Amino acid sequence: MTGAPPIETEVLVIGGGTAGLSTALHLRRRGVAVVVLEKGLAGAQASGVNFGGVRRQGRDLAELPLAQRSREIWSRLAALVGDDCEFTPTGHLKIATSAAECAALAAYADAVHDHDLALEVMDEARLRARFPWFGPGVVGGSFCPDDGQANPRLVGPAFARAARAAGASVIENREATAVERDGAGFRVETAGGEAFRAAVLVNTAGAWGGRVAARFGEPVPMETVAPQMAVSEPINYFIEPVLGMFEGGIYLRQIPRGNVIFGGGRGDASTETNRAFVRPENTLWTSALATRLIPRLKGVNLIRVWTGIEGEMADGLPALGPSRATDGLYHAFGFSGHGFQLGPAVGAVLAELIVDGRTETAIDAFDIGRFAGDG
Amino acid sequence: MSAPRIVIVGAGPAGTRAAEALVARGLRPVVIDEAPASGGQIYRRPPAGFTRSGRALHGFEAARARRLHAAFDALAGAIDYRPDTLAWNVAGSAVHVVHDGRHAAIAHDRLIIASGAFDRVLPFPGWTLPGVFSLGGAQVALKHQGCAIGERVAFAGSGPLLYLVAWQYAKAGADVALVLDGASPAARRRMLAALPTAPARIAKGAWYLAGLRVRGIPVISGVRAVAARGDERVTMLAWRDGKGRERETACDAIATGHGLAPETRLAEIAGCPLAFDPDVRDWLPMTDGDGRTPVEGLYLAGDGARIAGADASEVAGTLAALALLADCGFAVDRARLARLRRARARLDRFRRAMERAFPYPGDLAAALPDDALLCRCEAITAGALRAAASEADAGEINRAKALTRVGMGRCQGRLCGPAAREILAAARGVALARVGRLRAQAPARPVPFATEPPAETGP
Repeated sequence: MTGAPPIETEVLVIGGGTAGLSTALHLRRRGVAVVVLEKGLAGAQASGVNFGGVRRQGRDLAELPLAQRSREIWSRLAALVGDDCEFTPTGHLKIATSAAECAALAAYADAVHDHDLALEVMDEARLRARFPWFGPGVVGGSFCPDDGQANPRLVGPAFARAARAAGASVIENREATAVERDGAGFRVETAGGEAFRAAVLVNTAGAWGGRVAARFGEPVPMETVAPQMAVSEPINYFIEPVLGMFEGGIYLRQIPRGNVIFGGGRGDASTETNRAFVRPENTLWTSALATRLIPRLKGVNLIRVWTGIEGEMADGLPALGPSRATDGLYHAFGFSGHGFQLGPAVGAVLAELIVDGRTETAIDAFDIGRFAGDG
Repeated sequence: MSAPRIVIVGAGPAGTRAAEALVARGLRPVVIDEAPASGGQIYRRPPAGFTRSGRALHGFEAARARRLHAAFDALAGAIDYRPDTLAWNVAGSAVHVVHDGRHAAIAHDRLIIASGAFDRVLPFPGWTLPGVFSLGGAQVALKHQGCAIGERVAFAGSGPLLYLVAWQYAKAGADVALVLDGASPAARRRMLAALPTAPARIAKGAWYLAGLRVRGIPVISGVRAVAARGDERVTMLAWRDGKGRERETACDAIATGHGLAPETRLAEIAGCPLAFDPDVRDWLPMTDGDGRTPVEGLYLAGDGARIAGADASEVAGTLAALALLADCGFAVDRARLARLRRARARLDRFRRAMERAFPYPGDLAAALPDDALLCRCEAITAGALRAAASEADAGEINRAKALTRVGMGRCQGRLCGPAAREILAAARGVALARVGRLRAQAPARPVPFATEPPAETGP
């Protein structure tokens, strides 16, 4: 505890990833005073080092309303934050390598029929006619034309700049070390010794969000994971859509400047040390699988591998919405690898919840209360 | 005790002497080397069928090259030698390598990295035009392909290699247009003052200089700005002399460089911490005097730890091996150790003098015009980095990389990294150490996609 009086604001956001920064931006557009505390740099963790897929196809049905809302924001990102962050609706192609996977693609397309994804399920002949560069073993696919990709490294910083320009205080390199109830509000102390006070607290702390929730009596079954990525040297541009596979496969995209970016497998991460490590064997099998899928990648060089720290919920869905234990506390974390696409809408929804007490977007499935009693 | 499994990365002067010291104690290290034959960059062996003499190849150093090659050849059968093999990652007790497109992991208990150096270049306007070479590249072309990089070659840069390569070109009969030294005349005087402590090769610096002058080749110090000009390729080197006069020199090739930088990526990937060193304006791996790092079982030797030259690298290779042996419980001859440490200390004095005489011209980097290309892999200008520094508030080099792609390309920041740090620090008005360094991520060098699951092999 320090002697200095706490800095007062209306909403305190812990975690300066896309979700927290988008929340700050949307709150400012409603005239709410907001401070974001980020322990490192804005958008430097999972928001900044993910694969860069802006994908709805394949999401849990419960996530689609939020994903649709986010997709709408992605298409006007330049107007919202002053940078399109290289968002390009190249389409997302999920491929099947067996008859069972083909059937699963068709079943998913049926199930999401009312969600306006415009999925085009293709048999092998149609797939190969359109994407002749696939190697043997690919037997079908499902194409979502308006999904796409963006540059994750640009998104968090762009939201941070826009939030600041709108009047938010985004404080980087300031870890929240103590988070406490203080009367009807909250008091947060930082490693730097300052204290902040606000009526509303937003937990967008990503892989670290479980700690904040547990602090207020709402532990969640979340695991710290390190999704692993790699990027190649630039080669001639030919892979337009983002590619995905079923569980156990890889995901892959190419950017017009030529680099092929792909991911798969998991490294090792810790929220204690804030470090994540790549497992080289993952780099090898994912690059071998990429070469088998797309024989033109044979002999191409890898120039960089990386991973980051992500929180993955037991049921694969985030905690998003008001705390069920503490008035004035809101959660938005545990995005389980889906947060990049969802982030922009998460902020819009949280701002509505905080200002209006309600949102039009269906988020019931993300209620943190679903874990009550899980211990 | 069972023999420790030891891997040495690099078969240059440091790696060769490290292997020799281990074999002398009955150990059988794996020696991984990227080149098809031992010797490293400095004592690179000619390709098969090449007819230039050792004297022509290595000049004053021919005898040293011969001795080092012979020392390595004498280890045949006593080491597990893996030429043409790139070590691209270290994780736990495995070194990940690729040979002929095939990946493998080599298990080890202790690792000596003797990864050598690369050319430290400074971007300047026009530096990506065809016809512009690094000094090291120009030297390799001459010594090992037997060809000059152009009909009329201009040299620009700083450091001892500038004079050495220019002299080698002149001696081989090439038309050397001129030599432009970015260092001030005072710095060159400091270098000459340091020469009494120098190994033979550098002591010849004055001799090279005289050799150039005798051939009527202009040698000009204190040149603060150069630019390569031409449409399809270089046709002109524009430069400004110490009095600020604009000059132009016709040429069809330029060799440029500012000394060498240590190849530290593999050590960093292996977990070795780095610390900023103000003398070389760079981040260097932390080692004790014998090459031990703070990472258990990891040792560094030679120019890969800090640029000190081939003679110092030979001493460092032996010292690292002795440190490893001592750490494994072998008795080490104290008199020999003391002798080696004294030799290293003597070479260190020379190294420090050279570092002071040839500082990286950070001010020149920071003055790179906005429209000049800084990062050639990703086509990022100096101005784009400055814009990120101010408008996007990038105060640290990795954030600037994330926002601009500077250092993100195929060279992995080797070419642009040092200049990018200088530009960012100047743009932010902070000390160079404050902007940090481009963090190393695997692979240590570009490696091909795997085509099959990796094989596990051990010594």
